[in-house]
Amino acid sequence: MKNLKNEEDQLLSEKVDGFLTANVQRRSFLKYAGAGAASIALLAAGCKKDMNSDDMGVSFGTGDTAVLNYAYALEQLEAAFYIQVLNFPYESMNANEKSLLTDIRDHEIAHREFFKSAIGANAIPELKVNFSTINFNSRDSVLGTAKAFEDLGVSAYNGAGQYIALGDYLVLAGKIVSVEGRHAALIRDLISNGTFADNTVIDAMGLDKSRTPQEVFAIAGAYVVTKLNLNTLPG
Amino acid sequence: MNIQNIIDEIEKVDANIYDRISPRRKAMKNFFNIGSKVALSAVPLALGSMFNKAYGQTTGTIVDVLQFALTLEYLESDFYDTGLKSAGLIPSGAPMGAITTICQHEKAHVKFLQDTITSLGTTPVTKPSFDFTAKGTFPTVFSNYDTFLAVAQAFEDTGVRAYKGQAGNLKGNAGVLTAALNIHSVEARHASHIRQMRKAQGADVKPWITLNNSGIGAVVNNVYAGEETTMQAMLEITNINGQAISANAASEAFDEPLTKDQVLQIVTPFLA
Repeated sequence: MKNLKNEEDQLLSEKVDGFLTANVQRRSFLKYAGAGAASIALLAAGCKKDMNSDDMGVSFGTGDTAVLNYAYALEQLEAAFYIQVLNFPYESMNANEKSLLTDIRDHEIAHREFFKSAIGANAIPELKVNFSTINFNSRDSVLGTAKAFEDLGVSAYNGAGQYIALGDYLVLAGKIVSVEGRHAALIRDLISNGTFADNTVIDAMGLDKSRTPQEVFAIAGAYVVTKLNLNTLPG
Repeated sequence: MNIQNIIDEIEKVDANIYDRISPRRKAMKNFFNIGSKVALSAVPLALGSMFNKAYGQTTGTIVDVLQFALTLEYLESDFYDTGLKSAGLIPSGAPMGAITTICQHEKAHVKFLQDTITSLGTTPVTKPSFDFTAKGTFPTVFSNYDTFLAVAQAFEDTGVRAYKGQAGNLKGNAGVLTAALNIHSVEARHASHIRQMRKAQGADVKPWITLNNSGIGAVVNNVYAGEETTMQAMLEITNINGQAISANAASEAFDEPLTKDQVLQIVTPFLA
């Protein structure tokens, strides 16, 4: 597969070079056009061979980059959500709630921008989100979604820790996940005081949840429009 | 102790646990079948040697971390247990319910860590005697609700920082690392709620740590030292990439780790 991919890249670059070259004869043009068609065929074969169905979206990269991009994707989703929450506050949002939700929004933006800068050139693009299923006028809908996102975020970081190779990145993920845990507890308490760590999230051994990237996107995917290719994510 | 539970728990995050322990999963199944028939006391040692084999030389470090974590969990569970038994200290209703929930988690953590350490072939450290007044620093810890909550906040925030500081030492064992992370986020949830309980009592605190403010006083400065940073991986988070992020928010957005020595310095006054 790797060879095919190289060949395909080479064909594509030859094609581009060809078009950029001034003297393109009709005959050469046909040749290049043919190369293009061949590369598309190779691409299709590649998809069929080692990727799940037609799942050819944004790639997360490999190794630690993949895990960092995974976190970046989740932080993008959370930040976008809270920005919307504060742009269109539900009617009953009091000053205390507004202050807390504003803090959370700023934390999520800080996380998002941190990952964007830290990953640099290998960062995934800005994801397109769709929150049409959320009623931003409804406190129940907003806080219910916030709870789902925060619990999901905690379980995502908890589940990803084991795949991080570099110790410094593991500590960074740890620095963020506890803040997500603080958010989750607060949101839960806003919905119903005392549910900060109830038995829907904490098991009999006193352990929080962990989820694999696949499990996380099975839930978060409902809000992401951008097509994501999960093939290089661990788990 | 429930060995199968521990292995199941580890398997959730380390699918290769059975392979690590034995190349043949079937052999493990056989082990458990035999294990249920032989004296249970013989099992921890056998299991411990299997884990040693599975995870090699890192087991020593990992056990050290778990013993350290167990000591902190003893501290917390004993603290809440004593608080719950102190008549008139915790108001009935929501506060009593929350402290009861937290105490149950800390007790569960103690048991989980004891079982895990035992399964790694080591005897868990015994519970030390505690002095929750910290040699007289908090004389009303079990008679004044606000003092009790202040000490609780310091313990929970310390717990969060302590687990975070040890994560790197658990990298050799995916199962134990994930379990530790799963405890770490529970401590964060506790910290968040205790802080809200203090806020309800009039303390100037949020669920998250703003700079190195504790809302308690200089006696807990060690607990919050370093939390004020706004730099992460050499990136300034305040107003990062042109976003309006205040220094407060920048510090709140990341919790900081503590080294084992820093944690021991905080905890030592509470040892009788």
